[in-house]
Amino acid sequence: MFTFISKRILEAIPTLLVLITISFFLMHAAPGSPFSSERALPAEVLANINAKYHLDEPVINQYFYYLGGLLQGDLGPSFRYKDFTINELIAQSFPVSAEIGIWSFLVALILGVGCGIIAALRQNSWVDYSVMAFANLGIVLPNFVLAPLCILFFSIYNHWLPPGGWNGGAWPYLIMPVIAMSTSYIAQIARITRGSMIETMHSNFIRTAHAKGLPKHRIIFQHALRPTMLPVISYLGPAFVGIVTGSVIVDVYFGTGGIGQHFINGALNRDYSMVMGVTILVGTLTILFNAVVDILYAVIDPKIRY
Amino acid sequence: MNLLEVDQLQVNFKTPDGFVTAVNNLNFTLAQGETLGIVGESGSGKSQTAFALMGLLAKNGVIEGQARFEGQNILSLSDQQMNRIRSKEIAMIFQDPMTSLNPYMKVGKQLMEVLMLHKGMSKAEAFEASVQMLDAVKMPEARKRMHMYPHEFSGGMRQRVMIAMALLCQPKLLIADEPTTALDVTVQAQILTLLNELKKDFNTAIVMITHDLGVVAGLCDKVLVMYAGQTMEYGSTEDVFYQPTHPYTRGLLQAIPRLDSEGDILTTIPGNPPNLLNLPSGCPFHSRCEFAEERCVKEAPTLEEYQVGKLRACHKSADWGVAS
Repeated sequence: MFTFISKRILEAIPTLLVLITISFFLMHAAPGSPFSSERALPAEVLANINAKYHLDEPVINQYFYYLGGLLQGDLGPSFRYKDFTINELIAQSFPVSAEIGIWSFLVALILGVGCGIIAALRQNSWVDYSVMAFANLGIVLPNFVLAPLCILFFSIYNHWLPPGGWNGGAWPYLIMPVIAMSTSYIAQIARITRGSMIETMHSNFIRTAHAKGLPKHRIIFQHALRPTMLPVISYLGPAFVGIVTGSVIVDVYFGTGGIGQHFINGALNRDYSMVMGVTILVGTLTILFNAVVDILYAVIDPKIRY
Repeated sequence: MNLLEVDQLQVNFKTPDGFVTAVNNLNFTLAQGETLGIVGESGSGKSQTAFALMGLLAKNGVIEGQARFEGQNILSLSDQQMNRIRSKEIAMIFQDPMTSLNPYMKVGKQLMEVLMLHKGMSKAEAFEASVQMLDAVKMPEARKRMHMYPHEFSGGMRQRVMIAMALLCQPKLLIADEPTTALDVTVQAQILTLLNELKKDFNTAIVMITHDLGVVAGLCDKVLVMYAGQTMEYGSTEDVFYQPTHPYTRGLLQAIPRLDSEGDILTTIPGNPPNLLNLPSGCPFHSRCEFAEERCVKEAPTLEEYQVGKLRACHKSADWGVAS
């Protein structure tokens, strides 16, 4: 197991380097620059700024400057938010998204797996059909529709919750972002769990468990749950990264100040270092959680040993 | 009193294409320590008979008739009531040992949970009793293997685990659904020898479901030949093997390759078993029977006891088999 983990860490380095290189050159290939705006700056000012950020040098030089900074853990200054470094901006916004994300993940996992199992055990009953109807609704209902509906219902009609803001993550401010964030994940997880559970319950070793006279709950929790979770877990790895890196929709509608907004704004503003910063963040988390999925697989399935 | 009396057992499946009768009007009895072989081709309803007795039919299965185990009709029991009988009084071994053990659970735990459930044993007691049972099925290094997962066992070893699991509570009846079909020939022989020994040691009655007549000859006291869900012939193994009176049984016996007639072309029964959704009129076997008469097409033969303990369903007279 230790060899496996160290191998995965070593493998992550070249993967990240390729990711950084491709994103860097792709981004610089896009037309425009951080400082091109409708109101043209005086040529001298522009030249000064460009010189400061090394934008007047060939892209390849800029690439090595960036890598050099990165080696020291420096993601560079923001091209957009003056006086802020990317490290500071991410340190500010990522914890917000991570908090919304972890709650959403827990809610999605518990409700999704729970609903999926119940639907599978009551296959083709009204319970099953309602869970699946909800799941389909959750998948087709985009969160940019769900978020304003939440605000309408919880804040405007009923005054139960504040319509937006963060307030250090106090729970009234958390609820709506978590609903908007988790709904589609609950739905997906419920669908995967249901399918997997139905398949598991038809396997021969479950028939053996019945033949042993085991009560139903023992069969489900001791025999069927592990294999049921395997496909769910492979979905959870990438899903977790998607959830904790936030959503621009949630940030825009609820004004939470998470990292989601930076993906869009960074790209639109040609804030090179911001785009690189969030790319590296997502890339690292993806690699990390795929490794976690692999480790969980080995924990669950005794046939997999590293 | 007989241990098991199966009376007019009928298993139907509700399918989108209509009702399928997988087992039709099956009758047999089994005394303590006796072994019955149920023989037939794939799809003849022999496995469904076993599942019906264990209460393991698929959800769309409907059972009629009775199966009295020690006088109690087990087909009318609820799932909870049945759970107290399964594995404790009636245990089952399945066809495919590769998939019938839980691959995600240590073998020891899979054995122990049976004892902890039915016998109320503590973990330590259950562990020791499981090791003993693994020893009894001749599992080498039984103690060490308790901590291993099924994928670390060979097919024959897994079937030994299944047998050990089935015998843990010393059930009165063991239902073995083609226990050797998925195994190598040499391993088959080992498993059969083992079953033969265990049967004597534990005085367990066995319903042995198989399509291998060699298994029946080696293990069974009685044999029931099934075709298209119906009984064709039923009697002691000796009678059925030496004096088969049904053309189907004769066909099956002739289809066994013999050591003393090397080089001959193997005899087969031409054709395929009928579609259960659309059974032919008359005798289900008539289209493949070389002795079929007009009567066989029109009228289904009833199962008749032509001698004490010997039943057959055929329009031809019983002494036909002996004469020819």
